[in-house]
Amino acid sequence: MTPLFIVLLPLIGVLLPLLFDRFGRLPCTLSAAFPTLMALGMLFSMGPAVMAGEVFVISWPWVESLGLNLAFRVDGLGFLFALLILGIGALVIMYAHYYLTNDDPIGRFFAYLMLFMGAMLGVVLSENVLLLAFFWEMTSLSSFLLIAYWSHVPAARQGARMALTITGLGGLGLFAGLVMLGNMVGSYDLSVILASGELIRAHELYVPMLLLVLLGAFTKSAQFPFHFWLPNAMTAPTPVSAYLHSATMVKAGVFLLARMHPALAGSSEWFFIVTGVGLLTLVFAAYVALFKHDLKGLLAYSTISHLGLITVLFGFGTKAAAIVGVFHIMNHAAFKASLFMTAGIVDHECGTRDIRVLGGLKKYMPITFVLALLGSAAMAGIPLFNGFLSKEMFFYEAWKLPLMGDYPWLVPAIATLGGLLSMAYSVRLVYDVFFGEVGETPKKPHDPPFGMMFPVGVLVAICVAVGLFPEPIIGPLLTAASAAVLFGDPGAIDLSLWHGFNAAVVMSLIAIFGGTLFFTQRARLYVLADKIWPDLTGKKVFEQLVEAVATAMRTITSTLENGSLQRYIALLLGFSVLAAGLPLVRFGIEPGPMAMTEIDFVSVVMWLILVVCSLATAILHQRRLVAVIVIGVVGLVISLAFVQLSGPDLALTQLSVEIVTILLLLLALFVLPKSTPHEGGFTLRQARDIVLAAVAGLGTALMAWLVMTRPLESISRFHLENANYPVGGGNNVVNVTLVDFRGFDTMGEISVLLVAGLGIFAMLQGLDFKYVEGTISRARDRYPVMLTSFSRPLLALIILISIYVFFRGHNMPGGGFIAGLITSVALILQYLASGIDWASERMRINFKLLAAAGVMLAVLSGMVSWLAGLPFMTMAVQFSLPVIGEFNVVSTLFFDLGVYLTVIGSMMVILSNLGHLGQIEEEYDENERLTEADPWKP
Amino acid sequence: MEALVASAIGVLVACGVYLILRARTFPVVLGLALFAYAVNLYLFVMGNITLGAPPVLQEGMEIAAYADPLPQALVLTAIVIGFAMTAFILVLSICAYVSLGTDHLDGREHTQ
Repeated sequence: MTPLFIVLLPLIGVLLPLLFDRFGRLPCTLSAAFPTLMALGMLFSMGPAVMAGEVFVISWPWVESLGLNLAFRVDGLGFLFALLILGIGALVIMYAHYYLTNDDPIGRFFAYLMLFMGAMLGVVLSENVLLLAFFWEMTSLSSFLLIAYWSHVPAARQGARMALTITGLGGLGLFAGLVMLGNMVGSYDLSVILASGELIRAHELYVPMLLLVLLGAFTKSAQFPFHFWLPNAMTAPTPVSAYLHSATMVKAGVFLLARMHPALAGSSEWFFIVTGVGLLTLVFAAYVALFKHDLKGLLAYSTISHLGLITVLFGFGTKAAAIVGVFHIMNHAAFKASLFMTAGIVDHECGTRDIRVLGGLKKYMPITFVLALLGSAAMAGIPLFNGFLSKEMFFYEAWKLPLMGDYPWLVPAIATLGGLLSMAYSVRLVYDVFFGEVGETPKKPHDPPFGMMFPVGVLVAICVAVGLFPEPIIGPLLTAASAAVLFGDPGAIDLSLWHGFNAAVVMSLIAIFGGTLFFTQRARLYVLADKIWPDLTGKKVFEQLVEAVATAMRTITSTLENGSLQRYIALLLGFSVLAAGLPLVRFGIEPGPMAMTEIDFVSVVMWLILVVCSLATAILHQRRLVAVIVIGVVGLVISLAFVQLSGPDLALTQLSVEIVTILLLLLALFVLPKSTPHEGGFTLRQARDIVLAAVAGLGTALMAWLVMTRPLESISRFHLENANYPVGGGNNVVNVTLVDFRGFDTMGEISVLLVAGLGIFAMLQGLDFKYVEGTISRARDRYPVMLTSFSRPLLALIILISIYVFFRGHNMPGGGFIAGLITSVALILQYLASGIDWASERMRINFKLLAAAGVMLAVLSGMVSWLAGLPFMTMAVQFSLPVIGEFNVVSTLFFDLGVYLTVIGSMMVILSNLGHLGQIEEEYDENERLTEADPWKP
Repeated sequence: MEALVASAIGVLVACGVYLILRARTFPVVLGLALFAYAVNLYLFVMGNITLGAPPVLQEGMEIAAYADPLPQALVLTAIVIGFAMTAFILVLSICAYVSLGTDHLDGREHTQ
């Protein structure tokens, strides 16, 4: 359980600073320090066992189907990193307490920091690689939040965005790589992956997978050419730079190299890619660092360079080199974090970090000077400091490297050059800031409060102590961590200060003296660099790339989206035709084996009418009233087709809907223009539309034909067998299906009906007719006397019929839908025959309420079954009550009543509201209306 | 009969698609209505064609002889919802026309 708590404590700790923020700065800082120290204590409790070589693995299933387990692993490597994260984290929290001003929201800062801490611990302690990728993304996100902490500064926002883009991109690559890796070995658990090195390296997808994983590692560790986000992330508060961007997060990349070392390293691809990128980064970044005038910029490039060095070491692929890599991770974390904090102190106390302005600070900040001097000595690799040990070992490994064939001098030469440049910028850091003339700084410099120097002091003390007594202090931890990286016994590690006079000593001497010489010639170098250094930075390239992508996307978007809806619909239909047509072509157009049913004469005539009227609708659509009449004929033929094809319920429904639809279209034409303007002859667009229409029609006809000629396998047999007994209790299977088998569907559908009605009601509220005032004219005809006199007695009759249709629905064609439609038609007839005013005066029903009540009734009737403990919409329920005994409740009738009411309500809402549009218009010719005679008024 | 129905569906789809691609709202509504007929008919015949055997249970008739009731139930609600949708877009086009002063799909008249 302990590993879980170590990760969870900081994540829980995210909330504490936010809660304690209101009590002041100190409680807030303590609330962040408390979980950190507690997690650190728990980590120490595992220390002895880990040093003894034990590996703790705990696992809980999370999403088992994806192979994602909540699994943690504490081995030497994880322990080492967790120690760095929590140890330096605690120091950074203390430092930040003094560094942040009262204007900075400190609670938010610590919340982000704890989030990062938890994420980072998750990365280094994950046993499952998917979990690792998850935490990896979390570090990118929390880093984004921390870089943009001073969000009012534009550079901070830009830097944060750049960091997120680059590391996010790498994170995606890593995720893909890890999934491939998991598929190769059949498990996402590290224990399995690390033990399958042979299998992985022999796999055909090894190289693409390796490239993806390395993309993740290199972007995170700011390796060339992805390095530029790190200097731009220096806009973050200095505690963040010290913690994330030197000691921990950027180490996640090299951590990944170390973690995956047993599984991925050892191939020539690994060697050339990792070593090559590392060497390039090592030298390039060290060179750039020399010319940086911003203190943090110099340190940022120096960090990139040292990360390159560690990358090189893991790239070598040898046991000894990997051990040195682990060693340098520790050393670098210690001295670089201390130097960043020192830079922060200088910035804090002088008000600037420009090396050209600073100078002579030795006099004003003696303690800071000593700390900076010691830290820089470690960074430069001066003997008796920890940096010397790992650098010396690095030179030795570079010298011994067996893999370079005809160019054995190449790697040692580059390594020495890197060391030389590292020496040069370290000297520059100390000399230009603390020696020389006193510069004019915005603030009067002095040593900072003790609390700010203490964390630096601790780290510098570690640098010196490890440099003097490496074996007792760091030996066991290094051995345990190396054992994890090598997935085996690292053997005895020689950590002595003096190995005798060998090549590494010569390289060190060249680096130290050459670096100093280089530094003394810096004035000339600056002039030279200004001349030859191309005005090309990663930031510029990145921004141009982003701009180019954005421009390309804008072009594509504006080409596709030109504002013409016609074009969008054409594209949509075109692609639908393609999507449906391709399988049709691929599987061949062979009719099935079924015999065709016979054709009779009436059907052919009906077919002819249908085809002619459909075509007429399309051709005559510009004369809109004519089009409405012919489309009405189409609908009537369709309802006849349903009669012929054994669908009486459908025929009844279609017939009633058809009447209402035509009414609706006519009502709409009252407002809309009565004809469509010509669009100027036969155009290319029209040709396109005809082709598209023809292809769509042909394709659909073919698909229907192919399906119909094949034998049917349907689940309907169940419906037919159970409709009457034991389930439905009715003979009309369609109705039983609607109210019982698929009652849930029906409930959804009447809800849609209700919503459509309400939507129409809402849309028609408060319409302003100012644009179309002149175009709408009201009919002057009287209401036809015959229709008026017949419609009123007819009303009662039709409603009677609808009730009959409603009740017989369960056994004969009919039911709630059809009965509702028939009733609606009867009511609408009154509007039509006698006018809106007359009908509205007499129909004082709130149809919106009626429709809503209908849906409610349907839902309630479905809930009856809950009383008997049965699932929702179980329509036939047997209850047994005391005294009364057993009895049955069949709620289908109530459900169908709900459908009936909803249909009437919605239909009437839709049509009466549309009808009222005419009324609004009547206000314009109020006087005329008054003179009009009403046949039913005396 | 199968060929007759299939070709009718094809004609309906073709006319519907052509109208849907017009520039004014009212023809588009007509097109959608035609298209809805086609879709309903298409869905309906996915249960294959059966003549003279509506799915209303009668004494002494084979289960296999009845027309498929399931597509019928689906199409029945589809017809009603199709109406609701037609009404909805019709009112939408009325609203567009009244508040924009044009019934062109793009909300503005294109000058030639």
